[in-house]
Amino acid sequence: MDKILVGLKRVVDYNVRVRVKTDGSGVETDGVKMSINPFDEIALEEALRIKERGAATEVIVVSIGSAESQQQLRTGLAMGADRAILIQTDDSIDALSRARALLEIANREDPGLIILGKQAIDDDNNQTGQMLAALWGRPQATSASKVELDGTHARVTREVDIGLEIIDVDLPAVLTVDLRMNEPRYVKLPDIMKAKKKPLEEVPLADIGIDPSPSLKETLFEPPAERQKGVMVDDAQGLLAALKDKGLV
Amino acid sequence: MSKVLLIAEHDGSTLNASTAKVVACARQIDGAEIDVVVLAESAASVAAEAAALESVKRVLTVENAANKTAIAAVLAPQIVALADGYSHIFGPSTTFGKDLMPRVAALLGVNQISDVMSVEGTHVFKRPIYAGNAVVTVEAPADSILVATVRTASYQAVDGGNSAVVESVDVNVELPTHTRFIELQAGSSDRPDLQTAAKVVSGGRALASAENFDLILTLADKLGAAVGASRAAVDAGYVPNEMQVGQTGKIIAPDLYIAIGISGAIQHVTGIKDAGTIVAINKDEEAPIFEVADIGLVADLFKVVPELIDAL
Repeated sequence: MDKILVGLKRVVDYNVRVRVKTDGSGVETDGVKMSINPFDEIALEEALRIKERGAATEVIVVSIGSAESQQQLRTGLAMGADRAILIQTDDSIDALSRARALLEIANREDPGLIILGKQAIDDDNNQTGQMLAALWGRPQATSASKVELDGTHARVTREVDIGLEIIDVDLPAVLTVDLRMNEPRYVKLPDIMKAKKKPLEEVPLADIGIDPSPSLKETLFEPPAERQKGVMVDDAQGLLAALKDKGLV
Repeated sequence: MSKVLLIAEHDGSTLNASTAKVVACARQIDGAEIDVVVLAESAASVAAEAAALESVKRVLTVENAANKTAIAAVLAPQIVALADGYSHIFGPSTTFGKDLMPRVAALLGVNQISDVMSVEGTHVFKRPIYAGNAVVTVEAPADSILVATVRTASYQAVDGGNSAVVESVDVNVELPTHTRFIELQAGSSDRPDLQTAAKVVSGGRALASAENFDLILTLADKLGAAVGASRAAVDAGYVPNEMQVGQTGKIIAPDLYIAIGISGAIQHVTGIKDAGTIVAINKDEEAPIFEVADIGLVADLFKVVPELIDAL
């Protein structure tokens, strides 16, 4: 295939302990480290490996968001992507609009495969890939841990609740990846320098006819309910006594 | 009035326990009238189980050889064809529902509310974000159909004993053939199902090998418990992926959860927060798992777990 499209979302870094703003209007993101959504990083790694095996000729990374998302796209280019597209908007944008925006890029670029993370670690929605596949009228293989390409189709191993499911999909298709698909490479300094020269195209969201106003209103953000402070026991006997007390053994 | 269509999860012969939990969520919507649809090759036994669930008004069956296995791209257009007249379409937030429901939502041209944990109004729900570090209240427009998945750990299954009407329905839509089921590799186990077990024993990276993980299995068997694992233990290859508990694995709510050699990263804790009693055994007294544990024991698991096994 010619092209693989990979979605990269800018999110609060995996290691940051997110706090809700005291007025309930959102979560604290000021001065917080931002990164590529870890699942998307795995998606990009897989696309790069497919290209390195000679099964694709170009890897394009796409992000939707503010100009700051350029940082994550540059990181993607440093990892090895060939070019980047930023669909630019300063508004918050919901999953369906994201899928519609990606569809516009898919129609323009005609990729053989679109690879996304199975979910973003900010909203934890797990929706965009499925929605994109539906709008595109193409197969989806979600929560993938392995993909084997064979010309016109792909055999995909999916992590499901009862084990592993293997499906076969015609290409082009949308793949969303799970944690165990691969371990993303580290970016090397010379690659960061090289990435600065790779093309990064900016497309305003309005130019592709997507209305960003979200249909779902997020009206209140709260911290989760805390669990009561527990007790400590000294040994196995103490633990069993405490469990017996609660009628659990 | 709200009319809710629930998508039954099943394996072709048995209804998955998640469906009774989705009913429990749906019936909290004011004045909800609940129909369950079973898409299957042959639906009779699953439909009979669904019809027994309390609060279900009707069970619709859509029988088609193409529905032998759950392929989202095949099921979604059939659900869309049935959507007319419903105000809500709900499914479980299991790997089945996560795969299917957004495809349904997109075909209907609406957004989806994922992982509903509480019903605040007919179109207002709470859901967890940031691995459970925050809870957001989401309001959907009342003038369009609402698609949602339900976080099953937040709900107790409804009782049985009902006898809802079962109706076969025809759905005339063209189904795609671009996706083919090949096989399911499911771990065979006589142990209780992790998602629904009353007791769960989980092991983490500190087990240090697949062989050592036998300690967890033995303790679980003594307790009649299901077995879980942290992401680290799965990544290290000690146990298969279906045992992973946490944000990207299974979200569970057993009466008793025993975490052994698990540090308690937020991504793991988010999967067990609704457990009745959480027990933590870890030799690092600073491990974050102790922040959520009801009973904590700072000790070497290789000493304590054999003692527990002997004493039980």
